[in-house]
Amino acid sequence: METMKKMLLDYAAAEMKNISAHDTAKVAAMRAEALKRFAESGFPNRKMEHWRNSKIVENQEYNFGIGKEATCKSCHDFSCVIKDFDTEVIKMKNGVWDEDENLKTLKNGIIIGSTMAAMQKYPEIFDRYFGTCKLDETNGFYDINTALWQDGFFIFVPKNVVERKPIQIIKLIDNKENPFIQTRNIIILEENSQLTIVDCDDTKCHQASMINSYTEMILGENAHLESYKMQNLNDSTTLLNTNTAKQLSNSTLQSCIISFNGGRIRNNIHVDLDGEGADLQIYGLYLMDKQQHVDNQLKINHNVPNCTSNEKFKGILDNEATAVFNGHVLVAPNAQKTNAYQNNSNIILTDKAKVNTMPFLEIYADDVKCSHGTSTGQLDQEAMFYMRQRGIKKEDARMLLMYAFAAEISNHVNISALRERIDDMIQRRLKGELSSCDTCAFQCGQKEYDFKLDLNKI
Amino acid sequence: MESNQKENIIEEVTKKDYEFGFVTDIETDFIPKGLNEDIIRLISRKKEEPEWLLEFRLKAFRHWLTLKQPTWAHLDIPPIDYQDIIYYAAPKKRQAKQSLDEVDPELLATFDKLGISLDEQKKLSGVAVDAVMDSTSVKTTFQDTLTKHGIIFMSFSEAVKQHPDLVRKYLGSVVPYTDNFFAALNSAVFSDGSFCYIPKGVRCPIELSTYFRINAANTGQFERTLIVADEGAYVSYMEGCTAPQRDENQLHAAIVEIISEKDAEVKYSTVQNWYPGDKDGKGGIYNFVTKRGICRGERAKISWTQVETGSAITWKYPSCILKGDDSVAEFYSVAVTNNYQQADTGTKMIHVGKNSRSTIISKGISAGHSQNGYRGLVKVVPSATNCRNFSQCDSLLLGSQCGAHTWPYVECGNDSSILEHEATTSKISEDQLFYCNQRGIPTEKAIGLIVNGYAKDVLNKLPMEFAVEAQKLLSITLEGSVG
Repeated sequence: METMKKMLLDYAAAEMKNISAHDTAKVAAMRAEALKRFAESGFPNRKMEHWRNSKIVENQEYNFGIGKEATCKSCHDFSCVIKDFDTEVIKMKNGVWDEDENLKTLKNGIIIGSTMAAMQKYPEIFDRYFGTCKLDETNGFYDINTALWQDGFFIFVPKNVVERKPIQIIKLIDNKENPFIQTRNIIILEENSQLTIVDCDDTKCHQASMINSYTEMILGENAHLESYKMQNLNDSTTLLNTNTAKQLSNSTLQSCIISFNGGRIRNNIHVDLDGEGADLQIYGLYLMDKQQHVDNQLKINHNVPNCTSNEKFKGILDNEATAVFNGHVLVAPNAQKTNAYQNNSNIILTDKAKVNTMPFLEIYADDVKCSHGTSTGQLDQEAMFYMRQRGIKKEDARMLLMYAFAAEISNHVNISALRERIDDMIQRRLKGELSSCDTCAFQCGQKEYDFKLDLNKI
Repeated sequence: MESNQKENIIEEVTKKDYEFGFVTDIETDFIPKGLNEDIIRLISRKKEEPEWLLEFRLKAFRHWLTLKQPTWAHLDIPPIDYQDIIYYAAPKKRQAKQSLDEVDPELLATFDKLGISLDEQKKLSGVAVDAVMDSTSVKTTFQDTLTKHGIIFMSFSEAVKQHPDLVRKYLGSVVPYTDNFFAALNSAVFSDGSFCYIPKGVRCPIELSTYFRINAANTGQFERTLIVADEGAYVSYMEGCTAPQRDENQLHAAIVEIISEKDAEVKYSTVQNWYPGDKDGKGGIYNFVTKRGICRGERAKISWTQVETGSAITWKYPSCILKGDDSVAEFYSVAVTNNYQQADTGTKMIHVGKNSRSTIISKGISAGHSQNGYRGLVKVVPSATNCRNFSQCDSLLLGSQCGAHTWPYVECGNDSSILEHEATTSKISEDQLFYCNQRGIPTEKAIGLIVNGYAKDVLNKLPMEFAVEAQKLLSITLEGSVG
């Protein structure tokens, strides 16, 4: 990582002027501060508690020049659009806005656009919210993102606006060089507003790439955000996805993170429950095989009384896949009447797969209900036996059990078209189809996968 | 009510002073403060140790010099000046004693106050007590019965003289001096401790027990306990601690090593009630102990049971390495913190052998301004197939200023093992309190009842003699004015 650090610093020294040409004063100051911090401490390493099992920090070679030129306007690449699923689609390619219009205002006042464009056109709104979500401890990836971000998506939902139509963001990586991409995204929901977003990360190429994405979500009072994240990347891609959220009173955030495929994925989720009555539901599912690695790091801060949080992460690991789960719930002094629940279950299919689970509770208030549970095991042999006894093929029985395990997460998807799509993808993934798709993981929308069991036999 | 009353109760409990605080006036043989190779040579010379042990100490010391005190624990530890500690203190009037009469009457009185009269125990309970008063063993009883079975149970320094081969074979084999900062320190300066060896196929007829006591002001105590159960042997070993009241913090960095060979079983129980500091968090013992056992052979078993009520800072993780196939390890713990006490404790279960099983039951109770944390690791290496672990860590909070934390690490490396962990944190259930109240049980008693019931799972695992004391200590720490 040392060479990478040096290359990044050189790149920053050479390009910073161009990158920060249109910055507001606040953003420019943040860039400078973050760059200074990065120069001092660099990337995290395995000796750090939160990175000790992470494969993200292994040395890789990337091309940092990417992102300078926003070129492609090739919409046909985005075949990921879901059928019968009416959404407002945003497309980004290689971390750069890929639409003709880089900033648009919908009828009801919602602003959608590229982060860069939004900063220039709405500096007031931008400065009011940008950087308000805080990580408890910064790290090299955050710093370098803050210093060098060049684009991303910006969504602003004004007061009292309820948007029923989901916004779908498709982020595609297709590049011959090995890009290192910094995207910076902001989702702002002012009070009493409501929004659903579907966020897809895809790759089309085989090249190694690294995506360092940082998303801030700011939820005003009584705002409701549903966020679905689907990660489907090639085996040589590293995705570092940092999500920070700040929730004011009575806001609700439901987040669903599904990692279908990807060389190395790390989801850093950091939520501050800052207003009473805030509710947070986070669901995660990871289906990993080969030598893939997934790492979910969650930090939930219950800063005020009467908030609830629920984390539920499930995973199936095949071949030599490895997974890390670290859920950390912190209940601040006086955050009474807190309800917090964490759960992480894993199924390991082979001898070589490995899971590290760390569900932490740190509690400084007494009138709370907090619990966590983890389990790591195999498919239920008794259930297998039951099914095989009734004439269901071993493969089908296995599939059915795994699907049932995974469906517990996909059941939390509230949009039926999306849920069907996700279910379909889970089935394909378990069949091993998705990972073998060559050029695009998402050519699957055309034919219905036939996963039919003769239920009469059961 | 009640809420007022409850607060009062909690306050009363919280403000309770340490009942066992007193200083016995026994002449003590000190060596100068500080730590260097000369001091280590001096300790070794005073204890008439063989050359290899001195070498062991020096190697450990040289390694220690390269280490820094770790900071990862969730503990607020005031800086410790390792040069300001007296590393060796032994009661002066030390000579061979045949009967209790020869023991310093003041020392006997000390034990009487603690309710561990050697005399009474010798006569009634059938427990052999190896009483350690400030690092040097004073009296060992019931040696005869043990000798008959070929069991070796003696102070560590005696064992070094009488059974050097055994000691040399096992010393540092579970906790090497390179293990951690405090293990290195202990290996360099350990003063005394207990050594216990159960020969092949022998079932130890009595429960072995050692009472440690820190007595002289400003002396760190660095015991070393080594328990070896050879093939097919069984032993139940108890260790209990109470320390007199002191205002200056005292460091305690012990090492306990347990070796359980094929088919052997070691049951280790401890009640720790060192001085926790006064109600403003002043004084108290720092308890930084390395305890580890290894199930070396097939079907070996180790069981840790601990009741932690004392010490200003407790930082220890009694652990097991399950090396043998089909080996079993258990960890039962009740940790109570009050006032400004801090505890970061838990266990490690490292599954290396196939079909090995482990159970972890940990109950934390925090009150006052205390911080009580469970930190545990369950690790299954890829070759350890069909392993099973169940962990349960519950925390109970009394009062709004305290903290309860859980940091479990679960690492599974193969597809045939099943690891489960669950934990809950809550305050005393209002439903349960209401239920008790409704049936005419006053809140005071109800809290006592609930806390006691909460810890019962673990208390039940203690040997009879100990369970009584443990319950007494629990009630002193928490229920004193409650139940």
